[in-house]
Amino acid sequence: MGELMSTRDVYGRTLAELGKENERIVVLDADVSSCTRTCEFEKLFPNRFFNLGIAEADMMATAAGLAACGKTPFASTFAVFAAGRAFDQVRNSIAYPNLNVKICATHAGLSVGPDGGSHQSVEDLALMRALPNMRVVSPADVVETAAAVRAAAESDGPWYIRLGRSDRSVLFDPETYKFELGKAVTMQDGDALTIIATGPMVAEALKAAVRLKDAGINARVLNMHTIKPIDKAAIVAAARETGGILTVEDHSVIGGLASAVSEVLVQAGCSVRIRFLGIQDTFGVSGDPQDLYELFGLSPDAIYQAALDLVRRRD
Amino acid sequence: MDEDRQLISLFAQKAAQIRTEVIRTIHWAQSGHPGGSLSLVDILCVLYYGVLRVDPLKPQDPDRDRLVLSKGHGAPALYCILADKGFFHPDQLRTLRTPTSLLQGHPDMKKTPGVDMSSGSLGQGLSIANGMAMAGKLDGKDYRVFAILGDGELQEGQIWEAAMTSAHYQLDNVTAIVDYNRLQLDGTVQDIMSLGDIQAKFQSFGWNALVVDGHDHGQLFHAYKLAAATKGKPTVIVAQTVKGKGVSFMEDKVEWHGQHLDKVHAVAALQELGGEAHG
Repeated sequence: MGELMSTRDVYGRTLAELGKENERIVVLDADVSSCTRTCEFEKLFPNRFFNLGIAEADMMATAAGLAACGKTPFASTFAVFAAGRAFDQVRNSIAYPNLNVKICATHAGLSVGPDGGSHQSVEDLALMRALPNMRVVSPADVVETAAAVRAAAESDGPWYIRLGRSDRSVLFDPETYKFELGKAVTMQDGDALTIIATGPMVAEALKAAVRLKDAGINARVLNMHTIKPIDKAAIVAAARETGGILTVEDHSVIGGLASAVSEVLVQAGCSVRIRFLGIQDTFGVSGDPQDLYELFGLSPDAIYQAALDLVRRRD
Repeated sequence: MDEDRQLISLFAQKAAQIRTEVIRTIHWAQSGHPGGSLSLVDILCVLYYGVLRVDPLKPQDPDRDRLVLSKGHGAPALYCILADKGFFHPDQLRTLRTPTSLLQGHPDMKKTPGVDMSSGSLGQGLSIANGMAMAGKLDGKDYRVFAILGDGELQEGQIWEAAMTSAHYQLDNVTAIVDYNRLQLDGTVQDIMSLGDIQAKFQSFGWNALVVDGHDHGQLFHAYKLAAATKGKPTVIVAQTVKGKGVSFMEDKVEWHGQHLDKVHAVAALQELGGEAHG
């Protein structure tokens, strides 16, 4: 695995590039532009940048108005405010009229770290996934982030892209990586079980997979970067071919990746051993993100143990 | 001025016709919001028959003026006017509030030609109008954006977030109209959550704020002209209205906010308005 980089940094850089290529793009923020990195766009295109102040509801509906008149707005704030505080605006003014607004929410999940539970959005995937018309994407690294943001800019309709605060390992080569909405990326193949991870958990799952290999267990690792529309074929194939599924997410196990995967498995009639790693129906706490991943059972070691348990119990 | 006089007489004729159609339409639908639709009729008639630059043959024209009915429950009044202007066939009014209808219970821009924005969840329309106005300024277009707000709706905090935004970005292409009928679902606005001096509130937010009789077509028409001529800041027109205007037993009555209009009441209302009951 390569160097460490933050998805929000690359988001800001990608927006600035897109601004040069596509003049329909406008950017909105709610007083956190230096944190979400939308300030990179503002520096180059001050006329096409709108800071709405600490008013997330106003920001989302303003973005809807811009989209209704032909603009491609990117609206950014922290995930807890984008999906939570402004939910009704996202629902009624963006998703219901299917308007072309790209919500890029940073500081999602435990990756917020020391700011604590009030700021750690562990339910945003659940909220956004429930909305008709909304595409929900949770990129694994900076390369996938840049590609997803570009894909969003090129497609019509609402997107929710979930980004983090902390640095993550670079997993992909920007020269060769192709983002395809709704298509999981097989990070490594295996037949003993499948670890389905999303966002920052993909890198952690890969670390766990190395240890599993040392223990003689070949795990398949799927990067489920799109939570909606979810890759049903990859999930069903994983169940049939590997017999065990472990989901891993920096999000509540209620309503996010675990739920989306389970819905597919149940409806496809797959009988499979399954276990969910994620935030277990609780709120986060303050701390260094890596320490928090350990505390909440999302470290490579915890993933390794859970995978081992899943495989052994089946035998 | 002769032209203005002709327009004023057109507004009166259209307002009477639209009130009749609103009553019929809500009766057919067997649900809806008669009180807040009737209070809105004159505000909308002066806009659609004298001010707005819209063309029913080109409902998606990028240069058209936009209207956001933020108090979306007033939809029947908007639908009757759009039908009269030819955005869709008036027969569609009989389908209001049914599953396959162009005309949903609250405005739906994806279904109804002439509806510029979906609404229904109160408090969001002024923000949307701001976004539309920002897009117009970026594109160097001279279209204007109108947001119609309910008075009770001003209790939503987002309205005041948006009011700051309109003034901060000097959106003089935005005009907000408050349908100040003094009643809301649960009672009088004064009793439920009093608004204080709305004109002073908007002024302190940096707006040009006008107060008019919301059933006086001349005053409304003049206010729209003043709004268009005001540069550097947005204008709000506080239109003092009567909920249920035009039907004596509905006027100023809280219970006609969202009450079903049965045959007996519909016929009585139509007799007062001078229209005939059909169907």
